[in-house]
Amino acid sequence: MEVVGMKKENMRFEETELRLGIGLPRNGSATEELVVRKRGFSETETQDHTMDLMLNLSTNKEPTSEVDPIDNTKILQKENTLLPADPAKPPAKAQVVGWPPVRSYRKNMLAMQKSSNDVVGEENNAISFVKVSMDGAPYLRKVDLKIYNSYSQLSDSLGKMFSSFTIGNCESQGMKDFMNESKLMDLLNNSDYVPTYEDKDGDWMVVGDVPWEMFVESCKRLRIMKGKEAIGIAPRAMEKCKNRSY
Amino acid sequence: MRENHPQKTTEDDNRSSSIPDLARAEIAESSTSKNRTGLSEPVPGSNQTENPSPFPDQVLENVLENVLHFLSSRKDRNAASLVCRSWYRAEALTRSDLFIGNCYAVSPRRATNRFSRIKSVTVKGKPRFADFDLMPVDWGAHFTPWVSSLAQAYPWLEKLHLKRMTVTDDNLAVIADSFAGFRELLLVCCEGFGTPGLAAIAAKCRLLRVLELVESVIEVEDDEEVDWVSCFPNEGQTHLESLAFDCVECPVNFEALEGLVARSPCLKKLRLNRSVSMAQLHRLMLRAPQLTHLGTGSFSANENVDQEPDYASAFAACRSLVCLSGFREIWPDYLPAIYPVCANLTSLNFSYADVNAEQLKSVICHCHNLQILWVLDSVCDDGLQAVAATCKDLRELRVFPVDAREETEGPVSEVGLVAISQGCRKLESILFFCQTMTNAAVIAMSKNCPDLVVFRLCIIGVYRPDAVTQEPMDEGFGAIVMNCKKLTRLAVSGLLTDRAFEYIGRYGKLIRTLSVAFAGDTDLGLKYVLEGCPNLKKLEIRDSPFGDGALLSGLHHYYNMRFLWMSSCKLTRQACQEVARALPGLVLEVINNNEDAVNDIEILYMYRSLDGPRDDAPENVTIMQ
Repeated sequence: MEVVGMKKENMRFEETELRLGIGLPRNGSATEELVVRKRGFSETETQDHTMDLMLNLSTNKEPTSEVDPIDNTKILQKENTLLPADPAKPPAKAQVVGWPPVRSYRKNMLAMQKSSNDVVGEENNAISFVKVSMDGAPYLRKVDLKIYNSYSQLSDSLGKMFSSFTIGNCESQGMKDFMNESKLMDLLNNSDYVPTYEDKDGDWMVVGDVPWEMFVESCKRLRIMKGKEAIGIAPRAMEKCKNRSY
Repeated sequence: MRENHPQKTTEDDNRSSSIPDLARAEIAESSTSKNRTGLSEPVPGSNQTENPSPFPDQVLENVLENVLHFLSSRKDRNAASLVCRSWYRAEALTRSDLFIGNCYAVSPRRATNRFSRIKSVTVKGKPRFADFDLMPVDWGAHFTPWVSSLAQAYPWLEKLHLKRMTVTDDNLAVIADSFAGFRELLLVCCEGFGTPGLAAIAAKCRLLRVLELVESVIEVEDDEEVDWVSCFPNEGQTHLESLAFDCVECPVNFEALEGLVARSPCLKKLRLNRSVSMAQLHRLMLRAPQLTHLGTGSFSANENVDQEPDYASAFAACRSLVCLSGFREIWPDYLPAIYPVCANLTSLNFSYADVNAEQLKSVICHCHNLQILWVLDSVCDDGLQAVAATCKDLRELRVFPVDAREETEGPVSEVGLVAISQGCRKLESILFFCQTMTNAAVIAMSKNCPDLVVFRLCIIGVYRPDAVTQEPMDEGFGAIVMNCKKLTRLAVSGLLTDRAFEYIGRYGKLIRTLSVAFAGDTDLGLKYVLEGCPNLKKLEIRDSPFGDGALLSGLHHYYNMRFLWMSSCKLTRQACQEVARALPGLVLEVINNNEDAVNDIEILYMYRSLDGPRDDAPENVTIMQ
């Protein structure tokens, strides 16, 4: 809990405050004036993003959180809170334990929702949500393929997602095997479940037959189907592989 | 006059009781007196040996019991029990609801010894800051010692309400086995149990009316997952009135659930978890149009159904629906389904639904009768303005953050707060998360909403001043305590100096619960509060520069409080030792998660207790003696 150390001990607030903008004169009743205070390095601001000093790793900024310069009512100082005077101290934006006071139960729920939220209609490069269904499972999940780097990561995640259902031989190791191109045909005949996906052309393919990046670009939805049904798909997939020019 | 003198009426002196043994037993039982601070201590030289008191008037006691029977408020009962021993006895015999605000304040044995005819028990365990991962996981609040005492003492127990307790599957099994007439189980923010425990309750509690799991963590081990919904009796009608399992993460057997709902004609409240899809919800609603409270589950589709059922008419058929929640994975396209019920809604919980302003507006414009609204800040100031425009009867508003990180700005701000204050004049309770705020907005709310009882403002930006004036937020919170004369609960945030606490101490005379984080300058701040707020019962402070002097300034008051929590402040062990010595009725727990800290106290959790320090503390908890 290092944040207490940051607090100005006995100093007046103004002395240690870091101002990043033009020192505009302040009136007590300035609330109604349109005073959009720009920061010193305003050239870093673009229409869509405000680059701030925080280590903000979020790639999908809510459009509604942008400040509309025309919006008179939103007079917000685009200013950081106090940065510690001592650069050796952790930055102010380091996550403090238990702050803000949102129950971890609620945080977890929202985080889980975020990872499966379908952002329909927004072709945002940062997000690539696809529906994942499994035959026999009572509900769908949605995943963002962009957060994975390889088939094995995806298979791990899918395995966890659907782990509460008996999926026969399809444990994570089994699914990894499916992702391995060379073992694909061998396993199709033996396994219970096969992960398939619908690509941009509307065709159903077996997961794992194209390089990962191509897969992410072309995958529209995922379906983990029963092995027997997938057999008919595989030969077509192989054909498509050969014909497709990358 | 708090001293408990055995008040003997003249009638007592002259009559003799026909039940001498009972009288002696009662005297022995109540051979304690309550001193001014409300604690029971043995009276030196008690009456049994020196001064055999005359037998109490049994008729008078019967009359008294019949009268006290009507007292329901526990404050009234506590007051009545202090009048004299006769009243103490009579009250103890007629109390049916036992409320234990801190499971470590009193031992189960002491409680069951005093009260013999309890039908309903409430036990609260961990302090609230445990919700935010500030306490070690194994800190305590175990229900086990309670359940065994209760099982022995109250075989006719009907209701159990637990909050922030560690409850095991075994505990639930004991409950299921021990109480033949068990009717109501409510577990709020509890953990430690899983589906096997739920199965035991479902299977054995044949008279069960209420099973509500609220924000509890239900542990799911793959091997041990049990289909608990199927464990309800398969035949005949149930007595179920309320079933809430929205926090249960594992999927439920839908067929069993549907059958259960069909067999529960009294079911009024049903809160589904997110494994229940829209189509499944539809089927359940058709079975239970009498519902008043509905938690909608995921509110999204799982499969592409050829023909989507008419969800709106299913909602319309539920004419008694007044409370909606759930929306755990909401597909906004389905929102119009709830339009038919909006006009009747008094409570709407969208706090897990990431809806934007437009989507909220489409719903809220119909909700003229809404009194309780929980939303995410995704609705933005715009959405809040819509709420203010329509919901003139709003009493409680909670705005939670979608993204809990500090940012320079957020989707809701002082604009939304002011709008709410202008539109919802009857507001009594508000919890508002935002990135920035202004004093002007808070002052406006203090003037527009004089009925506020609960004001909790959480400016996520730590030490953040007034967004416009750059002043501390002292004046805003000062206005709240000054103008909102009914205020009993306050949570402060933003940049605050000692002045804010001076205001609180001066004006916050009714405040019972105060939450402080990253605020204040010196010990004076805390002193103002401890000296100025006579009704303070729960004080939780984190990351504020209050030290030993401040701690010691509250000695006069600590016995009147349920607890004091101070973490990452400036306390030393010596001061805690001093308090422990000065006030032996307190338990001071020093919790250090960091082993390096020798003299510094990471967490002080202090509470009064009739039965001394507990014996189940984990290693990183030291109890000061």
